[in-house]
Amino acid sequence: MATDKRKVQEINAGSMADIAFLLLIFFLVATTMNTDTGLARMLPPIPPEDQQQEEVKVKERNLFLVLINGSGQIMAGQPGKQEFIELRDLKNKTREFVLNPLEDEDLPEKEETVFDLPDGSKWTYPVSLGVVSLQTTRDTGYQPYIMVQNELARAFNEIRDEVALKKFGDKFESLNSEQRDIITKAVPLKISEAEPRNIKK
Amino acid sequence: MAVMKKKGNKGLPPISTASLPDVIFMILFFFMVSTTMRDQELLVRYKLPEATEVQKLEKKSLVSYIHIGQPSLAMQAKFGTAPRIQLNDSYKTAKDILDFCAAERDKLSESDRALMTICLKADGTTKMGIITDVKQELRRANALKISYAASRSLGY
Repeated sequence: MATDKRKVQEINAGSMADIAFLLLIFFLVATTMNTDTGLARMLPPIPPEDQQQEEVKVKERNLFLVLINGSGQIMAGQPGKQEFIELRDLKNKTREFVLNPLEDEDLPEKEETVFDLPDGSKWTYPVSLGVVSLQTTRDTGYQPYIMVQNELARAFNEIRDEVALKKFGDKFESLNSEQRDIITKAVPLKISEAEPRNIKK
Repeated sequence: MAVMKKKGNKGLPPISTASLPDVIFMILFFFMVSTTMRDQELLVRYKLPEATEVQKLEKKSLVSYIHIGQPSLAMQAKFGTAPRIQLNDSYKTAKDILDFCAAERDKLSESDRALMTICLKADGTTKMGIITDVKQELRRANALKISYAASRSLGY
């Protein structure tokens, strides 16, 4: 009797590990880790064809041109003042353009905008009217293009971080979605991508 | 001697493997949670460009992929090495993107359609010409939310 009882109580769990291993191996093989990261952008909508396309005039002081040629060289600057620059200088140049810290006559205008904060108060911030215009040729490589996009994004992200720190005392990433919306409106990511010029060598 | 031996045997009981399944199950659950099934076979090869300011793509169900790159090694004999666009499971041209976007949009529920994101997975050495053609077609298809796939790098 005594031996019988003991036998019933002990279930052999030794093969449990094998079953688990089998499942584990299946998932190991079928796994692709979620590594999808990228630079999110919005494309401009195509204007309806029957609509007369109006030339959107942007004042020269509000425009910052960035051109990338086929060999990956970058030319940046305001109209008429473009110069070849290195990739590592692009971020600071963009920053200076967007922020216009010295209220330079040649750098972009700012528009005082009033934002409603989540706590009910108002906040006035001079929103820059500057637009970064990015142009490529058809034989520009994708890698330099992404690197330039990345530098531009870096410039805007830095400005957002600074404004967020000043206003909300925290970095942009750690704000809640309402605060983030406000900062996004205060520092809009204005990158306009013209259709590429068809430059034949 | 005999007494000593007995003592030694008592001191080393067999290691219990009863908790082994638990450990394995733990690993198993980790992989089950982090798994996404591979749903399409890649016909092109690409090495994504690198960037530092990348964001994670959220909600995989809203994302459709466009792959651009050289045909994979097995296909190169047939299709050469010029960069191709892969939509779903075959090579397509930029002209087919309109249909592709419409089909992908139809798969989503009505409330999600505006949130559809197109993820452009293109090789770093691709020329902008082909990318621009794709972008123009995407604009025409009114799929405006895009993401340039790039792998995260720590800077340079």
